[in-house]
Amino acid sequence: MELRKNYFADVRKDDLHEIGQPRPRSDSPGHVTGKTAFFADRSFPGMLHLKMVRSPHHHARIRSIDTSQAEKHPGVVKVLTAKDVPHNVYTILILIQIGPEDETVLADGKVRWKGEAVVAVLAETERAAQEAAAKVKVDYEVLPAVFDMEEALKPGAPLVNEYHGQNYYLYDSGECRKVRFGDVEAGFAGADHILEQSYQSSPIEHAPTETTGCVVAPEGNDRFTCYTNTQAMFFTLDNTSIILQMPGSKLHFVGGTVGGGFGGKVDVIVEPIAILGAKLTGRPVCFVYSREEEMQISSPRAAEKVVIKDGVMKDGRIVARKVTGYTDAGAYSRHSPYGAQKGAGHYPGPYTIPNVWIDTYCVYTNRTPSSAMRGFGVTIGDFALEVQMDKLARLIGMDPLEFRFVNAYRDGDMKAHRQPTEGAALIECMQEASRAANWPVAEKYMAMSSYRKGA
Amino acid sequence: MAIRRGRGVAAINYPTGMNLGGDPTQALVHSTPTGNFMVTLSSVDLGQGMKQIMAQICAETIGVPTDRVVVDTADTDTGPHCMGTFASRGTHRAGNAVIQAAREARQVMLEVAAEELEVNASDLETDGQGNILVKGAPQKSISIFDVALSAHFKRGRSISGRGMFLIPRSYPEKETGAMKPSTCYAHACTVAEVEVDDETGEVTVLTVKNVFEIGRALNPKMVEQQLVGGSWMGISHALYETTEPYYPNRDHGGTDFNQYLMPGPGDLAETEIIVLERPSADGPYGAKGPGEMCANPQIPAVANAVFDAVGVRIDTLPITPERILRALKAQAAN
Repeated sequence: MELRKNYFADVRKDDLHEIGQPRPRSDSPGHVTGKTAFFADRSFPGMLHLKMVRSPHHHARIRSIDTSQAEKHPGVVKVLTAKDVPHNVYTILILIQIGPEDETVLADGKVRWKGEAVVAVLAETERAAQEAAAKVKVDYEVLPAVFDMEEALKPGAPLVNEYHGQNYYLYDSGECRKVRFGDVEAGFAGADHILEQSYQSSPIEHAPTETTGCVVAPEGNDRFTCYTNTQAMFFTLDNTSIILQMPGSKLHFVGGTVGGGFGGKVDVIVEPIAILGAKLTGRPVCFVYSREEEMQISSPRAAEKVVIKDGVMKDGRIVARKVTGYTDAGAYSRHSPYGAQKGAGHYPGPYTIPNVWIDTYCVYTNRTPSSAMRGFGVTIGDFALEVQMDKLARLIGMDPLEFRFVNAYRDGDMKAHRQPTEGAALIECMQEASRAANWPVAEKYMAMSSYRKGA
Repeated sequence: MAIRRGRGVAAINYPTGMNLGGDPTQALVHSTPTGNFMVTLSSVDLGQGMKQIMAQICAETIGVPTDRVVVDTADTDTGPHCMGTFASRGTHRAGNAVIQAAREARQVMLEVAAEELEVNASDLETDGQGNILVKGAPQKSISIFDVALSAHFKRGRSISGRGMFLIPRSYPEKETGAMKPSTCYAHACTVAEVEVDDETGEVTVLTVKNVFEIGRALNPKMVEQQLVGGSWMGISHALYETTEPYYPNRDHGGTDFNQYLMPGPGDLAETEIIVLERPSADGPYGAKGPGEMCANPQIPAVANAVFDAVGVRIDTLPITPERILRALKAQAAN
């Protein structure tokens, strides 16, 4: 790695003692010698293991659940169903006033994705819990499912989630989050070329080294200590408090060293049910995802579809951009309404375009609920935007790097969401990339700056 | 049939912190009797090295070496509230909270030192080595060790501070979408060079040259580890990864690392990282959040390089050999 101090030297003071120093990480020796303690290193006498009975169907009504054989299985201590969960229907962003509550801790009457948790089994060993889970009998009436976002948005599509009432998230702005800036149709009308293209991604896995999990210990003072690898301590504690209808003062969360998160450990899935198990049995409980659960049950990054329509001039200026983004939330909201909205704030990318129209949709389908992941709401948008930029450059016969200089945002430029640009540095990154990759661009672009006089 | 070479570019920006704000983080700082400093947080270290960075920020602000700072984090019985570690927010939000708490503690420390030295607190400075000196008369000094002892046992002062950082929540305007998603943005430009085997559809990423603008590299070695890892993750996202290979079909999802593909050591591209620093107005010592954005530009850069190599556009991720071969076949048919 090289630090190029020649850029922005006029706005930066390099007179610090500790900041900017490549100090060795104090936790590295523990990590590389196996001495660092992770949540799963905790073990308590009498600790129970929790395993989930999961839906084999993408969408089904639950006619009945028979746990009698599972309860008789040697080593089984407790079997939990929806009726055991004090506040079973929840949504995690309720803490920042984003509702409605639309998901169940344990399925109640219906399952909406293959893998959804239906019954929790607590047993003396992992094996006993697994074997007993296989003995739970659930009678399902399979319902039509919908997997494709376009199909889900059509009238008459199977309804994925009754708590929403339609297969998209309803924002205060309507069926999508909207950004309107300038007159996009007038921009298209005056453009030399129009290019409309569609981009698609598939769900991906966070793939942390350490799978999602927690270990809960009931304390002598009526409190519960939860050792967890959550990425957000109080967010998880406060949501657990709501789901279990238990005062937050009864909960003590301990975490802090996590084997990779990437956004996959902010969904508040394992802690509430494990604490409930500890409360109802009076014993410590361990609930850890297997690698298969981490990959197919834990939320992935959403699949997204992005449609971009651009109007561009022969000289390289983009004069109008319309973006329609679709985020596949799967069966439940989790963080997806936030992610889709974040996309609306990100488009049209780091470029100054006078006419912009953005619609971003959060769509429900019968698949594993997606949620936050590194680059949430932006990564797939950037893929679409930057491939589109390449296509536009080739369409008008410009060098793709030079084309980006023509449109790059600079200090003071008004963004589509009506904030003036501050602290821009796209031009300087491209200038340095031009040098490092030996990709020459015209001298006028190498002479550009993100600064503007008076800005 | 041949191995064809191509290169592609992508340029991006990325917001720091929870979108639309409203994501507070607090920190507490106090000194021990012998002048070491404890930072108390509830923030989570995901392996990115948050504890180390908070220690360096606290040390810089108080004016002591980093090894005199201990960070205690992620215990809800002791640490004040933090929204969490996500959205490239940890360093920016918690760092600002630590600076505020450390400034308050430093002020008390200087006041106690001023009483001991019989000067004004405003006439004192730290040397970064554990001593407090009178400005312009450095021979008149006192160690922070002695100041902390005095505060604890003689003068009855608590060398401590409270820090809170909050960017107020922005609510998007319904019709226009006017909003403030973020207060600062990191930037990047990546050039990727690939080889594509037009017989098998396999892509080899030969080099990635990444330029990242991150506000301030608070610890350059740790910046490097995050940016190199992110660059690898971007390539993996572009070419390998998915839990649903035939999305929207739900079948064939991988359940372990034999089925869920990622590039291994033999597939690593030659990776170059260049860092620029334009300090952000509201970042701790100018830092922005590069944690997420460093994995983004490689994806379109690789996609554009594949087109440059073989003349077909793969607009669906991941860019698998199957998709490339189908596109080449369609191209040949036309």
